[in-house]
Amino acid sequence: MHTLFHKVWNAHAVRVLSSGQTQLFVGLHLIHEVTSPQAFDMIRQHGWRVAYPERTFATVDHIVPTSSQRRPFLDVTAEEMTVVLERNCRDFGIQLWTPGSPGGENQGIVHVIGPELGLTQPGMTIACGDSHTSTHGALGAIAFGIGTSQVRDVLASQCLALDRMNVRRIDVNGRLGPGVYAKDVILTIIRRLGVQGGVGYAYEYGGTTLDRMTIEERMTICNMSIEGGARAGYVNPDETTFAFLRGRMFVPTGAAFDRAVAWWRHIASDPDARYDDRVTLDAAAIEPTVTWGINPGQSVGIGERIGESADQEALTFMGFERGGQVQGTRIDVAFIGSCTNGRLSDLEEAARLVRGRHVAPHVRALVVPGSQAVSRAAEAKGLPEIFTKAGFEWRGAGCSMCLAMNPDRLEGRQICASSSNRNFKGRQGSPTGRTLLMSPAMVAAAAVAGEVVDVREMMEEVGIG
Amino acid sequence: MSSITSITGRGLPVRGDDLDTDRIMPARFLRAVTFEGLERHLFEDDRRADPSHPFNDARYTGATVLVVNRNFGCGSSREHAPQGLARFGIAAIVGESFSEIFLGNSAVLGIPCFSADHASIDALQSLVERAPETLIEARVDTGAVTAGSVRMAATIPPGLRDAFVSGRWNPTAMLLDRFDEVRAVADALPYVTGF
Repeated sequence: MHTLFHKVWNAHAVRVLSSGQTQLFVGLHLIHEVTSPQAFDMIRQHGWRVAYPERTFATVDHIVPTSSQRRPFLDVTAEEMTVVLERNCRDFGIQLWTPGSPGGENQGIVHVIGPELGLTQPGMTIACGDSHTSTHGALGAIAFGIGTSQVRDVLASQCLALDRMNVRRIDVNGRLGPGVYAKDVILTIIRRLGVQGGVGYAYEYGGTTLDRMTIEERMTICNMSIEGGARAGYVNPDETTFAFLRGRMFVPTGAAFDRAVAWWRHIASDPDARYDDRVTLDAAAIEPTVTWGINPGQSVGIGERIGESADQEALTFMGFERGGQVQGTRIDVAFIGSCTNGRLSDLEEAARLVRGRHVAPHVRALVVPGSQAVSRAAEAKGLPEIFTKAGFEWRGAGCSMCLAMNPDRLEGRQICASSSNRNFKGRQGSPTGRTLLMSPAMVAAAAVAGEVVDVREMMEEVGIG
Repeated sequence: MSSITSITGRGLPVRGDDLDTDRIMPARFLRAVTFEGLERHLFEDDRRADPSHPFNDARYTGATVLVVNRNFGCGSSREHAPQGLARFGIAAIVGESFSEIFLGNSAVLGIPCFSADHASIDALQSLVERAPETLIEARVDTGAVTAGSVRMAATIPPGLRDAFVSGRWNPTAMLLDRFDEVRAVADALPYVTGF
């Protein structure tokens, strides 16, 4: 009668601290260049050592340039932050993957490479100084974002002091229509439950729709749990999970793999597990979804009008009106990438739409693969050629225009159709820049049309779907 | 580490729901390997867009209690946001509600986040806007927040409240204490020891 969350929590709980919080062992710690340098400084100041260096893995993603990744980077600050991470990892014996270094071919967005390398496994607790750590829940792990002081705590003790979360079960049942993707499902969930609805909760996603989804689709869903306020989100491990994991670099092989599968099965929620709350959605009712506002809960179905109760600050910033539509909005930039939608299946789906066609003349369009491995897999399928022929820029791996810590950014009041996760004011690098969140296929369709369109119509036009 | 039982100081009201950490500390200021100087960039884009933004308003100079609305600090887990606030001099935040990660990041810097109902927060914001010299007293031990005629019963998660009062709000030492128990938990996990 226990949930995966409770089983994992109990297996990792060290003790209850005098504060009433639980000391929780962290099975996998992922770090990157932006939220770790100050943590290492604090470790040095106190003269601490890293308790379990073999349980921390590092890469560069946030600030890393994606135009050219030859070292030294042209961006001096990016180079400096990378060098600092390289020194920290060397000093403390932590495995690191950066461009231009041995193993550099494993570099990528931390939430893309964790699952890709098989570091992320069911039943683990996973922490990283990044709120989209919830992504790893797609493989049945309890994974959450932490701040830099907590990165220090994990380095020093491999533990965190945490309050236990409640568990909300979210069932999505039925079949998604053509042109409707995991991104649309999670945007719909956030719209329904609100951007704060998940505070205090871990979200357990299930139902027949989730059962049929690939791991990459489940990652898109779990990734945006935090946009709904839930620090962690997960899907119970199943045959799809085990098949995904088999053969990956850090996954056990042979008889050990079978023993691992047995443990992974046992850690899944029991059929009669009790939840603190339950919500059910009908997949067939979900439309291709786009945001119109300045938080990920402010969205509409593509055919829908913006509601009468829409927030005025958001409307003014975005230039929309109550009763208006997002469909038909002229875009300036199209961005396909990020830890939400920068994996191979995302790029393949977008490529299906742009093959043999061209980006509208006024649109700047870029594709940023989530990792170097995604990039290589895409190359093997000829995707870079399809995208570049269509007028997209094809980039190196990183976070890029999702948060604009590198030179990829919006200018002025540009509008960007984006497959990323946040439409906050200023998020894509211009204080007045505007973001419309949508699926990668919707971004591809918008890039070609030069405006936000219903991807289903374009799919019919080109005879796919 | 010292006990934090109450904070008394002038207020700084920042109105708006869902103020995310990108708004509090835009990402370009994360391009650094230290937290130094972050206090200069708090709400930088909002302040440029709005000359009357509270962080531009000299009447609030020296304020130590930030007064905010719902879901403050949502979005990115960047500790740079509360680090900037701490370095600016903010010692407590009183609001309707907070994102979980932001609340935890603030706690570890010794900044308690108090939650109260909308009407009380609105009244406190209005009072501070009218009379910025008003002193706000926020008591961690009881949750009572008072300022002039405004009084409210606010809450802090009990674990954090006790941690502040007992002076154990920075948990590293506690986590390192009894490390044999950590090893015992690790050694019972099949993925740590090897399947």
